[in-house]
Amino acid sequence: MTLTLTNIAKTFPGGTKALLPTDLEISKGEIVSLLGPSGCGKSTLLRIIAGLETPDAGAKIVFDGEDVTHQSVETRKIGMVFQSYALFPNMSVRGNIGYGLKMQRLPRAEIDSRVNEVIALCRLDAYADRSITALSGGQRQRVALARAMAPRPRVLLLDEPLSALDAALRGQLRDELALLLRQFGITAIFVTHDQDEAMAIADRVAVMSQGEVAQIGTPEVLYRNPATGFVARFVGDAMPLEGRIEADRLHLRGGVLALPKPADGSEVLVRAEDIRIDPEGPVSARVETVTFLGTHYRIALGGLAEGPLFALHTGLSAPKPGEDVRLSIASEALLILPRGLAA
Amino acid sequence: MNQRHFILLCLLPLAIFTLAFLAIPLGRLILASGESDAGWGIYLQILQTPRYLSTLVQTVVVSLAVTVAALAISTTAGLFLVRNRFRGRNVLLSILTLPLAFPGVVVGFMIILLGGRQGLVNQILPGHWVFAYSIIGLFLGYLYFSIPRVLLTVMAAAEKIDPALEEAAQTLGAPPWRVIIDVLLPALSPALIAAGAIAFATAMGAFGTAFTLATDIDVLPMVIYTEFTLSANIAMASALSVVLGVVTWAMLLIARSFSGEAVAAGG
Amino acid sequence: MKSVTKSIPLIVTLLACAFLLIPIIQSVLAGLTVNYFRGLSSGLTLKWVGQVWELYSGSIFLSIWLALACLVVTLILGVPAAYALARNPGRASRILEEFISLPLAIPGLALALALLQLYGTLQGFRTSWSFILVGHVLYTLPFMVRSVLSVLAAIDLKSLEEGAASLGAGPARRFFDIVVPNALPGILAGALTVVTLSIGEFNLTWMLHTPYLKTLPVGLADSYASMRLEVASAYTLVFFVMIVPLLIAMQWASARAQRIVQ
Repeated sequence: MTLTLTNIAKTFPGGTKALLPTDLEISKGEIVSLLGPSGCGKSTLLRIIAGLETPDAGAKIVFDGEDVTHQSVETRKIGMVFQSYALFPNMSVRGNIGYGLKMQRLPRAEIDSRVNEVIALCRLDAYADRSITALSGGQRQRVALARAMAPRPRVLLLDEPLSALDAALRGQLRDELALLLRQFGITAIFVTHDQDEAMAIADRVAVMSQGEVAQIGTPEVLYRNPATGFVARFVGDAMPLEGRIEADRLHLRGGVLALPKPADGSEVLVRAEDIRIDPEGPVSARVETVTFLGTHYRIALGGLAEGPLFALHTGLSAPKPGEDVRLSIASEALLILPRGLAA
Repeated sequence: MNQRHFILLCLLPLAIFTLAFLAIPLGRLILASGESDAGWGIYLQILQTPRYLSTLVQTVVVSLAVTVAALAISTTAGLFLVRNRFRGRNVLLSILTLPLAFPGVVVGFMIILLGGRQGLVNQILPGHWVFAYSIIGLFLGYLYFSIPRVLLTVMAAAEKIDPALEEAAQTLGAPPWRVIIDVLLPALSPALIAAGAIAFATAMGAFGTAFTLATDIDVLPMVIYTEFTLSANIAMASALSVVLGVVTWAMLLIARSFSGEAVAAGG
Repeated sequence: MKSVTKSIPLIVTLLACAFLLIPIIQSVLAGLTVNYFRGLSSGLTLKWVGQVWELYSGSIFLSIWLALACLVVTLILGVPAAYALARNPGRASRILEEFISLPLAIPGLALALALLQLYGTLQGFRTSWSFILVGHVLYTLPFMVRSVLSVLAAIDLKSLEEGAASLGAGPARRFFDIVVPNALPGILAGALTVVTLSIGEFNLTWMLHTPYLKTLPVGLADSYASMRLEVASAYTLVFFVMIVPLLIAMQWASARAQRIVQ
């Protein structure tokens, strides 16, 4: 299903603007992630698509050519996975999964066969007749997904579906969820605050900040060509290089870096993996702390700019704290972005 | 002095008080019920004497009716107050919980003001409208003090329900009435059973209200009172007290086991 | 359809409010009007309140005195016991808690009969205010114990005490330095509950009182039976003025203690 959102905004009573006018187009079978910090409006946008919140006047939500803006939740034919899963404790696994089909008043036999189908697909066969309270977190997540998918919704909405799980389980279930969504072939919108989750699951990621979509694109595009400083910071943890810019020269405390183009009035950011320790490098810095993380060292560098910068260093040994080192940064690795108000 | 001794010392005053003024008196009450000529057969006598049996039945029927009415009213109002925030909500909530601290006598007086000879209804409506001293007055009096108790239990439970549960049912296509039947009432049922048991037990044992209304129908606490003070039938008064106590205690035990489960299920 | 499903609960809520509130307003008005039967047009007066004061001030002071005495006794009996129960959360503690909670379940009338049969013949005790006090303590004690216990059960009492013990505090010092301060919200909520319930207690008191020892609710029952409606209403008004602030304070303190528990 194709989903077209036009002019979606939400002002809460009291005047708080949770969401500024937003347009979004999602094509059939595409998985889009809404990524951003808490309070950025991502959940509000998802709940408006679901029909759980009413957008401000002037909004238009179109599912495959059908305007659903004024349809109530229960008639919109969407599937939703909630952060808390919201499984009905008074029904078994099978009862939960079959609930949406029961609401469609399908014949008993058809409900049973479709429930079994989804149960098999989500590998819940062993738990089908268990009570919800007897399930682990990961199993509950699969039941929530199965329940949302059983009525064959037009679009699947997922609100932080992994955040209720502990860290070890989360990584494993993330890949499992990505695989299942692809198997279902469903159009899906996935809200998260975790960039790894968004990148692992989504075809396209919409980074949101302060009620607006800051940038939308594939994970590669967001990482390599962030549109704003906020996106660069949020996706891939870019750090600002505070210094004085004169045309294509960046004057740092520890030396001068060449920029690929004149950048007056802009902001220059860099990622930790692009800072190299290089005896021939143009700038100097002092090593403050060194942390060994197995695959690499994480080095905090002082005396280069305002505040410490972090560099990832691979190799068999690392400089010692207190040592002075020289650094180089490839000019194409420097992200030159308009200086925005968004931090 | 070590920890064990100190803890025992902490329990000692309570233990002495409870023994002297609860355990032994209750034991005495039970023994006293068997001290008439009928002996322990007095409990059989309750069931065989039409006056006592009909009193027992009437008390149970009124209490059941009050329980059902209080559950219906308080659940409706409680859910409404939990799910809607509006100006004046706190005022309504205060009014609905105000009678919590009213003794039964005051509640009885409230009913007299509504339905007594000089009552509001009798003044407003044409004709003779006095219901305070009948079974209706008793019912309304019990309802008066039951509404706040049930309301607080229902609201506490309703506030703990994950709002996503209702939303999930909606996204699966459930219309509002199905959301209530499939999600809300099952989630509330432990609280409803607990609140119902409390309302029932309170109504069974209510003395002050019946005393003030001086109703023309007999309820168990009033019969116990008249047996003890007027007839000086100590054994029967004791036996009826034991029956009443066992019934109300059993009801509250049910209530506690259900609300305990609800707490455990809530996290 | 949507407006119907939304308006029925509102109507039920408003009707319930009206049912509870209207007689309260009536009694306030009746207590302040010259002649209730003729209505407000007969004028407002404090005459009835004054008459109540003349007739029943003794019962009001007795109730306040009993409530305070009841508070002191429940504190002394209840707080250490709640601590002991919190430190030994076993089967025996559950049974004991259940047993002292019996007065919540067994009607006051039955308890009063039990007390009367055992102690009714001890004349000095039977006719003194301490006999009524015993009834009030019996009824309010479980509220104090449970209120304190629920707060103590929610904090990690054992670690706190072990910490204090490692710093050299003995059992009694730990009780006063660690347990009591941490249990304060529960003690406060319990104390307000005890005072509120004691002032309003009727079922036990009616059986235990003597003609010379009438508490406020006993006086109320007396006025309902024998006084004109205006005096009965004025007395009820006096009771409201005493009990409503207590009720509000009690609900506030309980909500505060509840937040710690969660």
